[in-house]
Amino acid sequence: MRDWLLYRTFWDLTITGLALGSIYSLVALGYTLVYGVLRLINFAHSEIFMVGTFGALMASQEFLGIPMLEDGGYPYRTGFMLLVFLVFILLCAMVFSGLGAVALERVAYKSLRGNGDLFGAVVLAFLTGFVVSMVFVDDTLANVIVAAILTAPITMGYMSLFRRGKQSPRLAFLISAIGASTAIAEAMAIWGPEKREQYQTPRILEKDVLFSFLGADVRVDNVIVIVGALLMMVALTLFVNKSRLGRGVRAVAQDAETARILGVNVDMIILVTFALGGVMAGGAAMLFTLVYEQSRFNIGFILGVKSFTAAVLGGIGNLKGALLGGLVLGLVENYASAVFGGQWKDVVAFVVLLVVLMFRPTGLLGESLGRARV
Amino acid sequence: MNPVVRSLRQVGASLAGAKAGLASRWNAMGPTQRLSAYVLGVLALYLAPWWTEIPLLGSIVDTPGTQFTTVLSDRVIIFVLVALGLNVVVGLAGLLDLGYVGFYAVGAYTTAILTSSHASLPWLLALPVSIAVSMVFGVILGAPTLRLRGDYLAIVTLGFGEIIRLSAKNAEWLGGSRGINDIKHPPSIGPLKFGVVDPKPYYWLGLTMVFAVMFLLHRLENSRVGRAWVAIREDEDAAELMGVDTFRFKLWAFAIGAAVGGLAGVQYAGKVGFINPDNFPLLLSILFLAAVVLGGSGNMHGAILGGILVSYLPERLRNFQDKRVFVFGVALVLVMVFRPEGLLPKKVGTRKAVAAPGEGGAQ
Repeated sequence: MRDWLLYRTFWDLTITGLALGSIYSLVALGYTLVYGVLRLINFAHSEIFMVGTFGALMASQEFLGIPMLEDGGYPYRTGFMLLVFLVFILLCAMVFSGLGAVALERVAYKSLRGNGDLFGAVVLAFLTGFVVSMVFVDDTLANVIVAAILTAPITMGYMSLFRRGKQSPRLAFLISAIGASTAIAEAMAIWGPEKREQYQTPRILEKDVLFSFLGADVRVDNVIVIVGALLMMVALTLFVNKSRLGRGVRAVAQDAETARILGVNVDMIILVTFALGGVMAGGAAMLFTLVYEQSRFNIGFILGVKSFTAAVLGGIGNLKGALLGGLVLGLVENYASAVFGGQWKDVVAFVVLLVVLMFRPTGLLGESLGRARV
Repeated sequence: MNPVVRSLRQVGASLAGAKAGLASRWNAMGPTQRLSAYVLGVLALYLAPWWTEIPLLGSIVDTPGTQFTTVLSDRVIIFVLVALGLNVVVGLAGLLDLGYVGFYAVGAYTTAILTSSHASLPWLLALPVSIAVSMVFGVILGAPTLRLRGDYLAIVTLGFGEIIRLSAKNAEWLGGSRGINDIKHPPSIGPLKFGVVDPKPYYWLGLTMVFAVMFLLHRLENSRVGRAWVAIREDEDAAELMGVDTFRFKLWAFAIGAAVGGLAGVQYAGKVGFINPDNFPLLLSILFLAAVVLGGSGNMHGAILGGILVSYLPERLRNFQDKRVFVFGVALVLVMVFRPEGLLPKKVGTRKAVAAPGEGGAQ
């Protein structure tokens, strides 16, 4: 048995588990928000996270010019400048992810709800031209040119082919999400600078031990992750509970039809919901690159599955549930990998999910975005 | 009107015309003619390995890089079998299963264990045992989880698929990440040699399995069980109130779906002779589901079409290797946007309701 290991490093594992769990929680919020409002598993949310990590990478490498570790990554910023850097990178990741989520909604989901718009039609038309020309010519530039020429006529065609006013079956949303997810990840793998290889992100701050807690060393990055995630979640909860748009989100989650009748712009609210989820995923992505310093075209997939598990574990549609589920999952995984070995941690995570759902079929805290308790 | 829309409409109209023409000709046929048409169709399918020899058709269907028959026997037949099984779970009973690859893996691994790593039974004996074991796994997963609704079921089944794969990867008894090799092939019958060189016999065996499964599922669909499934899919509460034992029938859907998935696994293991956990990734579950919904969930022919497309097209488009998955993703979105019920949508309602004008028809 290796459980002596667990006793010795229990608090170490707890702290890294909480850091990992905070990232799960932030991503889980995106699943939970969209699920609460649309009853849709936004399968492509993991790709929104991936886009966020590249936003953070671009911000730190291109915009701020932070050198890579192997190119002598020193000197690290400290104090106020560090804070400015961190906030800037965070905002960049959030903008990337937020815009990604909004675009995703309008291209892959909105037309399935029976009100496809021009933006969706243009993107779909461009992609159609692009993909069709790909079959004949294997040259990206030529494909783009052909697609650009064909976009206008195909767009007009698509605008008249949209099934207006017809809600599609729920499975269709899921498959559209899966398609979008694959397409986004593959686009990154095909046209990203490093293709399918792993990206290293620059180290932004020196990872000193900040203080010791019951024999465990608490590193700066872990503290930033946990505190940052908590702050973002508090901000989100305040937004949903107190603001006018947040009230709209709760209204649509409760009853979309009635909300529409009472004058809520449902499409607008759905867009806001996706944007909120995207921004949270962007925050998670920035914190992720801070701790793990890497990204890849498929980095979202496993993390997305885990975060969705976290959302369900806590009670999908429930903001506090996402927090609790994420933290529980992060801790369980860390403890499990110490007790059973790293290769079993995913098995343990899923077994915990199975057991919880068996006894509490709607997760630890139950579903609630729709019941306005949030 | 925009010329693109007009030409699309014209293509649509001519396709509909052709379909109506074919349908009326089909209805005018006598029973002997119909039977001979069926026989010819089935014969054409069995002769598929030689399609590449036909001048024009050959250049269209042939797959670059891989032998056409190998694509048929290793991918297309497997996907069609799996799509048939998953269609029972997702399409008929309306249970969202994201871990179907688990049953496929159970079938393949049971065969592998029984014929190679822990016993040396013949493949023919491993076949029924593997199907039974898959079925048992379906019940084991279903019994505690089928009380969950909709999306909870989706994540639980997804977890189940991962548990199966990771357990196989980590348990030495199951070969670990190296997997299991030297799995026995099906027994050779006379000139039909099930070896490593010629994929044709495997294709024929798989095709026969597909027909058998189609026949059984077709009988099941039109039975009390099938009607109960559809009732559960359309409205579970209403079905329960009308006296349908929803839990029992959902469990049946799971068990039968699992059995068909297991069968596909047996066929796969018997063909390739070597399996490891990487053959059963989560992505495969998602591809399976995509096949069913793309083709038309709830319609057996739709599921078959979806299975063929999802397995065959990536092989056909191999000349742009790296980009085919991207193309596949975009295509999924496009089909769902413009044909959310799938390429061959299911027929809603009973025959009478469809025939009666203004009642339950166009949904």
